[in-house]
Amino acid sequence: MSAGTSFAAVMSRRGEIISRALGLDYSRFERGPLAFDYEGMMEKTGYSLEEVRAIQRDVGVGYTPLLELRNITELVRKVSPPGKGARIFVKDEASNPSGSFKARRAALSVYEAQRKGYSGVIAATSGNYGAAVASQACLRGLDCIIVQELFDSRMVGQPEIMEKGRKCEAYGAEVVQLTVGPELFYMMLRLLEETDYFNASLYTPYGIAGIETLGYEVAEQVHERCDRYPDVVVVTHAGGGNLTGTARGLRKAGADDTEVVGASVDLSGLHMASDEDFNRKSFTTGHTGFGVPFATWPDRADVPRNAARALRYMDRYVLLHQGEVFYVTELLAVLEGLERGPAGNTSLAAAFALAQEMDQEEILVVQETEYTGAGKHPTAQLTFARENGVQVRRGDPAENVPGAQIVIPEGPEQIEVRDFSLDRMRKSLIRNAVRHTGVEEVSSPEVDFLCEEINRDRNFVTAALCELQVAVKD
Amino acid sequence: MQEIAQVGDYVQVEQVVLQAGERAPGVPDDTASVPLVMRVKGFALSEAAIGDEIKIETVIGRTVSGKLVNTDPRYDHDFGRPVPEIVEAGLEARTLLREPGTRRRGDDL
Repeated sequence: MSAGTSFAAVMSRRGEIISRALGLDYSRFERGPLAFDYEGMMEKTGYSLEEVRAIQRDVGVGYTPLLELRNITELVRKVSPPGKGARIFVKDEASNPSGSFKARRAALSVYEAQRKGYSGVIAATSGNYGAAVASQACLRGLDCIIVQELFDSRMVGQPEIMEKGRKCEAYGAEVVQLTVGPELFYMMLRLLEETDYFNASLYTPYGIAGIETLGYEVAEQVHERCDRYPDVVVVTHAGGGNLTGTARGLRKAGADDTEVVGASVDLSGLHMASDEDFNRKSFTTGHTGFGVPFATWPDRADVPRNAARALRYMDRYVLLHQGEVFYVTELLAVLEGLERGPAGNTSLAAAFALAQEMDQEEILVVQETEYTGAGKHPTAQLTFARENGVQVRRGDPAENVPGAQIVIPEGPEQIEVRDFSLDRMRKSLIRNAVRHTGVEEVSSPEVDFLCEEINRDRNFVTAALCELQVAVKD
Repeated sequence: MQEIAQVGDYVQVEQVVLQAGERAPGVPDDTASVPLVMRVKGFALSEAAIGDEIKIETVIGRTVSGKLVNTDPRYDHDFGRPVPEIVEAGLEARTLLREPGTRRRGDDL
């Protein structure tokens, strides 16, 4: 192999490749070693909500139905204390052109690529975003390459990702399919360098501005039907974009008091870059393997500054077991007549438990569904899990062991959320910020920046910095 | 699957992108000990047998070389088997909602 394409050589060119592939100067928003002007970046490089709505409407994205899940709400009330059991609504994002809310992000990214004169777009994603980018690219006449992490070293593909790859190909994209490893990003850099295409990253300001309309529509639709804003919105949390964009959209609509809850499937114990663990996961997204690292260090993404910064907006973070999500996916199908998910139903599983804590007049919104299909279905995932030595059985979901046992609840009363400490994640973000920048002291404006980053006061931030032996300058 | 691909056939090739030992620093041992392998589909630019090195043109016109692994690639992911544990869970939930005193859609018809 020539020196030019070794891992180290390509990564050393990362800055220039990404800069050329985005046509965006992030350096003007930097404010010292730690801080940058997040809102400035969102305003100056993104689009106004009105512009985003117009761009999305033009390509048939957004304005998805908000459905009330009356039968699931009734089941929740059967297992709730008297007077409890909030009304549950779901935003049927599966009705977007490519079958998920990711169409909102792709609509903006691909619009931006076309506006800037790129002839094609590339996205490194094993998720629904690939099909979303491919769908938007074909309607704008741009070429599209999607880079997926699909196979283990036996060349056995994860069924859900195989389906997502098929869908990309259906929209005319070239799909580059890789074995397990974080070098997905390295491969994307090589392809960007070869093609001069646009990096349709999930984490640009466009990728986030595109989701603000989702939060805005949720607020608007609930207000129109119920004459109030939702009390709680639950978001399946992985890379942080879904939660960030939704929360920003809720605020732009005036729903300032709505609690934003992130929900992830607990895959602790499985290594995300492990060849052996790869096909022992029955969820390819919406899990802690993305949710925790991205919330606690957003700038690990494929852009210099990640526009998805979940800890700024997350009011609570809850975890679910795989079996609980498969269980509610079945409830959604057989009680509500909606075959969706499963990964996107992580927030629905959380809602089932959270609604039991809320009064019956209160409103809880699950802000997405995703399309279902071959490979991307509980029967497909559970069949595959069994073939890979994972035990599937009924029982207490608390006995779930990621990669070894999937336990389908014996009844609805067994669905529970487990709170993951936000303060622990906040401290972790500060620790990561200090570690990555190597600072030994921080200025007062940088303390303010960290306060915004983690949505906590100065006392919390200075105490955390003190623990890390980082001084605060006057 | 045919053993030989003709020019113009839609095929799949495989290429080792990084050998074991050239992988990203910090990957777990099980991943570091195997190569990073890529598969891409496209139209064969020459006649080739399975295992031969070949060039293909992808749907966006990019030329990619690699070892021919599939002369007639198939989407073979499926819905799996019905999972009895899941079917039972659904039936139980439906039964719960049919208990007397439960509000059901259409009760006011």
